Amino acid sequence: MNEKVQPTGRAATSAPSPRRRFLKDAAGVAGGAGLLALGAGMYAKQASALPATAIRPPGALPEDDFLAACVRCGLCVRDCPYKTLKLAELGDGVATGTPYFEARDIPCEMCEDIPCVVACPTGALDRALTDIGKARMGLAVLIDQENCLNFLGLRCDVCYRVCPVIDKAITLERIHNPRSDRHAMLLPTVHSEHCTGCGKCEKACVLPGESAIKVLPIRLAQGSKAEHYLRGWEEKEAAGKSLIGDQVELPVRGLEDKAYGDTRVGPGESPQVPDYKPAQPAGGGLDSGWKP
Amino acid sequence: MSAQTTTGGVAERKVPPTSVRGAAMRGVVARPGQEAVEAKGWLRAHKWLLLRRASQLGILALFLLGPWFGWWIVKGNLSSSLTLGVLPLTDPFLIVQQLAAGHWPYREALLGGGIVLAFYLLFGGRLFCSWVCPVNLVTDAAAWLRRRLGLKGGKAPAGSTRYWLLGFVLVIAAATGALAWEWVNPVSMFHRGLIFGFGLAWGIVGGIFFYDLLIAPRGWCGHLCPQGAFYALLGRASVVRVSAARRSACNDCMDCFAVCPEPQVIRPALKGVGQDHPLILDADCTTCGRCVDVCGKDVFRITTRFNRSES
Repeated sequence: MNEKVQPTGRAATSAPSPRRRFLKDAAGVAGGAGLLALGAGMYAKQASALPATAIRPPGALPEDDFLAACVRCGLCVRDCPYKTLKLAELGDGVATGTPYFEARDIPCEMCEDIPCVVACPTGALDRALTDIGKARMGLAVLIDQENCLNFLGLRCDVCYRVCPVIDKAITLERIHNPRSDRHAMLLPTVHSEHCTGCGKCEKACVLPGESAIKVLPIRLAQGSKAEHYLRGWEEKEAAGKSLIGDQVELPVRGLEDKAYGDTRVGPGESPQVPDYKPAQPAGGGLDSGWKP
Repeated sequence: MSAQTTTGGVAERKVPPTSVRGAAMRGVVARPGQEAVEAKGWLRAHKWLLLRRASQLGILALFLLGPWFGWWIVKGNLSSSLTLGVLPLTDPFLIVQQLAAGHWPYREALLGGGIVLAFYLLFGGRLFCSWVCPVNLVTDAAAWLRRRLGLKGGKAPAGSTRYWLLGFVLVIAAATGALAWEWVNPVSMFHRGLIFGFGLAWGIVGGIFFYDLLIAPRGWCGHLCPQGAFYALLGRASVVRVSAARRSACNDCMDCFAVCPEPQVIRPALKGVGQDHPLILDADCTTCGRCVDVCGKDVFRITTRFNRSES
């Protein structure tokens, strides 16, 4: 087959046989093209690490499959009524041309008809997702407990109020405020089985600049469950009884009328301990007479 | 300054004037087509160029009407689009990459890809390159400027590099399980950039312009672009072809060689090297029709591959 190589302009000029010349040229060209493609491939591999705040549209395949499926046409972007989605531009840190959004800019409004998924011609956004409540774009994490106003003992609650899955995806958990020792803190708490990762909480957080609650990729937001670790209470519920027999339940002095293990003290209650006096600050100090 | 000398001094060179190498050695003709303008008038000497620009810009305008004016005739970009809410069109080059990466797309993408594939199989694969692709505007501009500045020589990689690159693009897609080429593909990136915003992609477009201008004449479209290679493979049996039907009238002015983005395709048809009919059947021919324009003797015309007649 090599004999059929066309004699080019210079074929006749010098020594090596046409076949050898052909092989040499072909190897050079193939090597150059291979290097170029390898460079592109390695760049693609490296650049495919998604920044933690870049969130894929609802129904997006797992990132590896998504990058095989998305042709970067932007039809999802065009059909997003809130201009949430955008196509990554070169230099954005997201695979160039792929759709994403940043919740702090514009969060997902969780349209019931999910137009972005319907628009996708390739299946990079999976049409098996028909209930937006089942979307898992990411997972909200209350990441800054030092600046979150609720953690400071205030009643901001904004992330909780704006949550489209309020009281399921975000609940307010009441706990004792150890700083004042006489107030409660209502802590916004995210539950992964309901959070869609829409990012409305991150958008609404009242802190200037960065939000205290952020939507992260689930991979970053969650630890992996240890498969060998059995949760006794879950096993007990599933089996209808404890797997290791009933445990001895010793009474706790002062909490005899409460459920076993419940050591919480509500307002107006106090442990029924005779002669109980709350601790006094050292060195006395003025007693304002204020009582909770 | 070199404009006058190059057009005048064709005859005294020793290199055969009709070889590609001869054209390269004489340097490019600075103002090809002047004879044609004198013979046929400016408009007829630019007929196919004007039609082609109208096609390129018209297609771009269709895509831009939506984002600029809110008239959503076409949504998306050349990679995949939806026209009037019913007609899906998808770049088969992307579908082939998807399949190599291990993803089977939805019916819309397959249907859209099939429509585009059928069109280019029938009418000519590299019609995409010269009539649709926005990068052609960039590389044509570089080639024009190269002629006007009288830049000669340069080092372009072998023309077969693009086919190797096409092969490796698919290999890399299979190896990484991702559309790896689309991270850097200037063709889709340029079109997407015009419609959705560029970021740093201007750098890549500028890179191609200066590569073509200063390093490799017709380097990107004619030697490297794997997307062009893909469409060239599609166009092997296409119906629409250029024919050097009046080749007996050729006066060896070399203007067609100077403007042709793939000058190696002309010689077999024009000079009957290795074939007896005047059709340009080489799939590298983009059917841009520029040779038809610049020929003062009306040697070329655009016809079908079944028309082997000479006149």
